[in-house]
Amino acid sequence: MREKITREEVEKVARLARLECSAAEIDLLADQFEAIMARVEQLNELNTDTVEPTSHAVLLENVFRADEVQDSIGVEQALRNAPLQAQDCFAVPKVIE
Amino acid sequence: MELTDLTIHEMVRQLRGGELSAVALTEACLKRIGATDTHINAFITVCREEALAAARQADDRLAQARQIQQDAPMLTGIPVALKDLFVTAEIRTTCASKMLADFIPPYEGAVVRKLKEQGAVIVGKLNMDEFAMGSSSESSAYGAVRNPWDLGRVSGGSSGGSAACVAARQVPASLGTDTGGSIRQPASHCGVVGLKPTYGRVSRSGVVPLASSLDQVGPLTRNVRDCAIMLQAIAGYDPADSTSVNTPVPDYLAGLEEGVAGKKIGMPQEYFNSELDPEVKRAVEKVVETYRNLGAEVVEMSLPHSKYAVSCCYLLSAAEASSNMARYDGVRFGTRVDPGKGLVEMYTATRSQGFGAEVKRRIMFGTLALSSDYYDAYYVKAQKVRTLIREDFTAAFSEVDYILTPATPASAFALGDKNADPLLMYQSDVFTVAANLAGICGLSLPCGSSSAGLPIGVQLLGRPFDEAGLLRIAYAYEQTETWHKAKPEL
Amino acid sequence: MRERYEVVIGLEVHVQLTTKTKIFCGCSTAYGGRPNSHTCPVCLGMPGTLPVLNRQVVEDAIKAGLATHCSIAPRSIFARKNYFYPDLPPGYQISQLELPICEGGHLDIETEGRGERRIGITRIHMEADAGKLLHSSEAGVGSLVDLNRASTPLLEVVSEPDMRSSDEAIAYLKQLHQIVRYLNICSGNMEEGAFRCDANVSVRPFGQQALGTRAELKNINSFRFIKEGIEYEVERQIELIEDGGTVVQETRLFDSDTGTTRSMRGKEEAHDYRYFPDPDLVPMVVDADWIGRVKEQLPELPAEKLQRFMEEFELPEAVAQVLTAERPLADYFEACTRLHPDPRTCANWVMGDVQRMLNETGLAIDKIPISAPMLCGILERIADNTISGKLGKQVFDLMWESGKDADTIIEEQGLKQVSDTGAIEAMVEEVIRANPEQAEEFSSGKDKLLGFFVGQVMRASRGKANPAMVNELLCKKLRDQ
Repeated sequence: MREKITREEVEKVARLARLECSAAEIDLLADQFEAIMARVEQLNELNTDTVEPTSHAVLLENVFRADEVQDSIGVEQALRNAPLQAQDCFAVPKVIE
Repeated sequence: MELTDLTIHEMVRQLRGGELSAVALTEACLKRIGATDTHINAFITVCREEALAAARQADDRLAQARQIQQDAPMLTGIPVALKDLFVTAEIRTTCASKMLADFIPPYEGAVVRKLKEQGAVIVGKLNMDEFAMGSSSESSAYGAVRNPWDLGRVSGGSSGGSAACVAARQVPASLGTDTGGSIRQPASHCGVVGLKPTYGRVSRSGVVPLASSLDQVGPLTRNVRDCAIMLQAIAGYDPADSTSVNTPVPDYLAGLEEGVAGKKIGMPQEYFNSELDPEVKRAVEKVVETYRNLGAEVVEMSLPHSKYAVSCCYLLSAAEASSNMARYDGVRFGTRVDPGKGLVEMYTATRSQGFGAEVKRRIMFGTLALSSDYYDAYYVKAQKVRTLIREDFTAAFSEVDYILTPATPASAFALGDKNADPLLMYQSDVFTVAANLAGICGLSLPCGSSSAGLPIGVQLLGRPFDEAGLLRIAYAYEQTETWHKAKPEL
Repeated sequence: MRERYEVVIGLEVHVQLTTKTKIFCGCSTAYGGRPNSHTCPVCLGMPGTLPVLNRQVVEDAIKAGLATHCSIAPRSIFARKNYFYPDLPPGYQISQLELPICEGGHLDIETEGRGERRIGITRIHMEADAGKLLHSSEAGVGSLVDLNRASTPLLEVVSEPDMRSSDEAIAYLKQLHQIVRYLNICSGNMEEGAFRCDANVSVRPFGQQALGTRAELKNINSFRFIKEGIEYEVERQIELIEDGGTVVQETRLFDSDTGTTRSMRGKEEAHDYRYFPDPDLVPMVVDADWIGRVKEQLPELPAEKLQRFMEEFELPEAVAQVLTAERPLADYFEACTRLHPDPRTCANWVMGDVQRMLNETGLAIDKIPISAPMLCGILERIADNTISGKLGKQVFDLMWESGKDADTIIEEQGLKQVSDTGAIEAMVEEVIRANPEQAEEFSSGKDKLLGFFVGQVMRASRGKANPAMVNELLCKKLRDQ
């Protein structure tokens, strides 16, 4: 059986999703996730051992485009919504490797 | 009668005939929005100048067409509004989020392009649940949408603005998106017609996704004929959307009046359980009676996996959404909050302050569902259950032509009622989600009024790509009633 | 102590494809350019944009798979690999996890000491490249993101941990490099990052079955650095173990300035890429017909060509290897053999003067100013004794500069070989007369002096005298005197 959703799990998920939550939010979310999990666990009533998963409702395959160059939108348009830009680039806080 | 009370097909006739100008019509809509939207809050952005410019162009086009005795495209001069997740070039596109408060896209997708090419006048961008995550249009960063029939109640969601603006006669038609009922549920709550086409029928390019494998674009209108007109304008293959289907678009108006005689309609017993509000049940049963009278055969049937649809849809849509929402990182567009401590801190502050509570909750739940500990047991499991639900419909449609259900378990609830409990909120899509999982088309149309004067909707489901049939049976019913003509007092 | 440890290496190679456009949008893949000039809403990861797969990428992946003996998946899907980084616009990389396009191939390499070894190829999958992060010169700006490269198509070729030394790793890499260049699907330019390698390196005591803990060396951009990096890492791990420490699984960066590797701190936080099938893309179904069509287009691959050159042209393996190293050089050589009857002469010229001039000028073979027919023009004039082999080289150099054909150069420069007996006889006599002492010595048995006389006559003829005739006449006259 599944273990109860813990605060630590919620914190880990917040980190992965680059979200920050207060301690109170973490508590609330842990409870809510537990409730949702408990609900969605009803799916386990169904035996799906021989069932193929569905990723798409419509069964399409082999959708391609030809390798033909289309106009780019230009540096100005590319950058116009950037919160910060410099030297024709998107500027971000320093990345340390 | 005011101009805004006209239906699209009446407007088309008058515009083409020269009795009505697009500018006058657009001005009437803008005036109506100005007079009513402080109460309803359906619009996030009203594009007055752009709309009037488009209306003037439409008038020119109409005049030219008249001169050469041809018809201008159907939508020429027709005012429409778009859920604010349709990307619109040079017009702010917010997704009802602080995250995109100032986002002015340099591009747009196939649907908006088609509307413009056909001369439609885009009057504004509509309020919704933030990033379409919700069923009440209360999670918007721009305030909740209110139901034109009762300002104390929700419009439904996530396309709440799209339903409310049509119900309030601010515009004759709008576009929304439907991931688990987000067109049909608000349409039902606001007393308008809402169509979710088959997955792949309308392009998703330029439409900000909630869950890419479930989302579909569709129209909301005051009646079925207008709905057919709108679908005609937006349906079709788009090479920019790999999931759009290259199958011919029929003439949706051609067979609209052919009736339902000889058609077989199924009533899935799972949808008429004890959770159903008795008023809704009675209204829907009267629809069944009407269909019988019109010559259709209505039979009881079963969709055995119905009760799993909400769980299945919730897992899949949260998982896809968590990934779709990763691009909002404060780097290339949108809001940035930088505490000046480094990259990770910038990401975290931007996303924590840019997103509202429901969006954060779904991103985190989706992240959990995709994480290595839960992926197989939850995400893959849900994909398998999705197969079973699809197979339910495949089997059903070999027995019946259409499926009839209530659109929602009850009429619109009060603002704030379900905010505290996400599970309760998700449950309001219980009758609509399965169509998204199966990819089939579905439509909700007004069929009654509650004792409190709130609209009640019935849902019709059809085989993949049988929108024409769905519209035909909806139209046949609509001819027998007047619910769709009711006008909320504002 | 070094001898007690077995080195285990697996490689992940990123092969950037030479398609005209990016993998999921129509932007150009041209290298460099003004930052962010090759971008559109799709590769910028703007809201509401959708990927559409470039067919050529699938085609190229099938080619790579066939050339490395992989089986091509009848059904293949894309997945999203979720992580945040500024060079990754949508916040996920579109890649493949389950059902990659190619699986289960191999390359055979020559090793020192282990003979021919088969290196397994686990899989080849398609994915989108990331953009580039630059470090700003401006104070306070931080890092800069250029997305020109974002969404450029890559093949990731993942090997089994089958290599046992840095030399084997290099042999494998060079062969893979040669193949993708032969297939014309990758420029192979390592400086521009078109062929990049991550190396998983571990050591274990000989005899131990279980693999040691591995370190992953990231993105090294030359064969030399890969060799150095692996060797440093092997030494580091052995020393660590010998000192009683344990190797930790981590990503390490190779520093080409110091020849060392160092841990990438901070990137080690719990990764969970949350792969799932990309709902914006549909499955690829590759049937036998498609595979057959690609097979028909496959060029002759390096190993086959090497074998054929050895057999058809009777060339030694070492020569055939040089000639088949790159397809354009091999094609050039073969074009020559079709015009000239002696393949060995062709091989000598291609490996000699052609290579020399290419090296001196830094030109690539496909930019060579002397076409195969032009080169064969020279060879023909040597063969028919119009010019000597030595003058042939002079003609070659003049041809490189002027672009004129062999006959024109021979005519203009008056290089035509003198084969007129009378004229050569006169020169021979003149030389003997001018060097009486040497002629005397020759007569008294100093045969070596013949070379001296030949040289004198050739100089007198300014290289144009037919050397065979000079030889013959000199012998006759010197003996006769």
